[in-house]
Amino acid sequence: MANPAETAPLGPVPGAFAEDAEADARFLARKRYLAWRRRLLPIAAILVFLLLWWQAVVQFDIKPFIAPSPVAVAHVLVERFDILMVNLAPTAIEAVCGFLLGNFAAITLATVFVYNKTSEEALFPIAVMVNTIPVVAKAPILVLLLGNGMEPKIAIAAIICFFPTLVNMTRGLRDVRAEQLELMRILSATSTEVFFRIRVPNALPYLFSALKIAASTSVIGAIVGEWIGSNTGIGALIIQATYNFDSPLLYATIVVGSTFSALFFGVISLAERSMLRWHTAHKDQ
Amino acid sequence: MAETAVSCEGVSVRFTSERGTVTALQSIDLTIARGSFLTLLGPSGCGKSTLLRVMADLVAPTSGRVSVMGGAPQAARESRQIGFVFQDPALLAWRTVLDNVSLPLQVGGGKALPGARSPQELLSLVGLTGWEKAYPHELSGGMRQRVAIARALVSGPRLLLMDEPFGALDEITRDRLNEELLQLWETTGTTIVFVTHSIYEAAFLGQSVLLLAARPGRVRETVPVTLPMPRRLAQRETPEFVALAGHLRRVLETC
Repeated sequence: MANPAETAPLGPVPGAFAEDAEADARFLARKRYLAWRRRLLPIAAILVFLLLWWQAVVQFDIKPFIAPSPVAVAHVLVERFDILMVNLAPTAIEAVCGFLLGNFAAITLATVFVYNKTSEEALFPIAVMVNTIPVVAKAPILVLLLGNGMEPKIAIAAIICFFPTLVNMTRGLRDVRAEQLELMRILSATSTEVFFRIRVPNALPYLFSALKIAASTSVIGAIVGEWIGSNTGIGALIIQATYNFDSPLLYATIVVGSTFSALFFGVISLAERSMLRWHTAHKDQ
Repeated sequence: MAETAVSCEGVSVRFTSERGTVTALQSIDLTIARGSFLTLLGPSGCGKSTLLRVMADLVAPTSGRVSVMGGAPQAARESRQIGFVFQDPALLAWRTVLDNVSLPLQVGGGKALPGARSPQELLSLVGLTGWEKAYPHELSGGMRQRVAIARALVSGPRLLLMDEPFGALDEITRDRLNEELLQLWETTGTTIVFVTHSIYEAAFLGQSVLLLAARPGRVRETVPVTLPMPRRLAQRETPEFVALAGHLRRVLETC
């Protein structure tokens, strides 16, 4: 009558998970190797690409004003570092301000949408329409409206960030599991408690995917804004270098702009990692 | 006769959608004594979950009267006398095990709850001491459901409603949790209403089994379970249990 499974002592079977220092060491070495591989492979690819580019310029005798060699670009990066930095500063300020403004507005509107369906039905089509206007078309309109200072550039960067965050945040705030809402009702939680303890944390992974897109696009927005009627900034420098056929400076400017974009993206990714430990850990598995 | 935990008189629930009106429950009459363990068994679509949600004030009955702990379901919910365990553990992925169990004490005026128990104590009651700092994705399905049970009990509810809580678990885990749940019921003295579609689970856990028929959902039969407490899994092999399960199956086939 007695069930053997019940009488047998429960617990780890001796020997099943025996200590094996050698196997552990091999496992760790393999893990280290894979980590280094992941870091070094892209660097190696970039080096090969630079080498091919340089060789192409030399072999086919390409004129510097058509395409400069990487050596010439590196030379400009060092020689005219101060000018590049002086021009990066306004672009960086515009991009970051636009990023903050656009995302703040998008998060606020997403919150309104979640609690008021009518506002979404009325306003969302307008947001879609504004989003379909190309940046190069938005830029002159905003320069006419806001003048020649930093304001139109910040506005362009903000508008460009706005849409992805609005869509993602609305979805994140709304796509809450029905059981979690029922649970909060059983607990007689207030709607403020539901918002801050369920909806906001639920929306964070959605928000961060939008913020990562916005980090790079806000820089693009600021640069495009500087193409029209601006004397300083990465965008102005790009136009100036193009008109002067100074292609080494043009390339160096692009390198500086892209590096800043990548750093901005990296900062957002780091913030995501520290704030969404529960989520990124889940993804790694 | 012990005091009444839940009573329903002529409770009907109808849902209206584009495809017409569906009668989920029709004239349900039932009384659940305080401290008892009732299992609700029935085919899918018989309204067992709806009946549980009526008791929890998640669904309002279209007609009829419901009383929970001597008052309206809403009053019982607002005074936090009801604990609810869903089929999906519904844990908050961004909170650790301990923070998930503490949630009922942090919202809905839970800070000043008279019957509240310590989350640590409940975690040890469900056998999860040492897992306080783990996140839900690090736990197995059975452990997650244990966390959900601890969370439902932390506010010291006098009525615990469980909606197929072990439905998604493997059979061995389910058996073990069944035994543990009975121990928990004996130590806490809480009234438990447990919805399941497993005949064995219904017969093993309940002091009585309420069979519901489908379309429309209505009470078919209440079957008392006379197996002695405390129950052990091996009791499921006794002739009495086999006969009871056979009877439940035969009734269920006509539902």
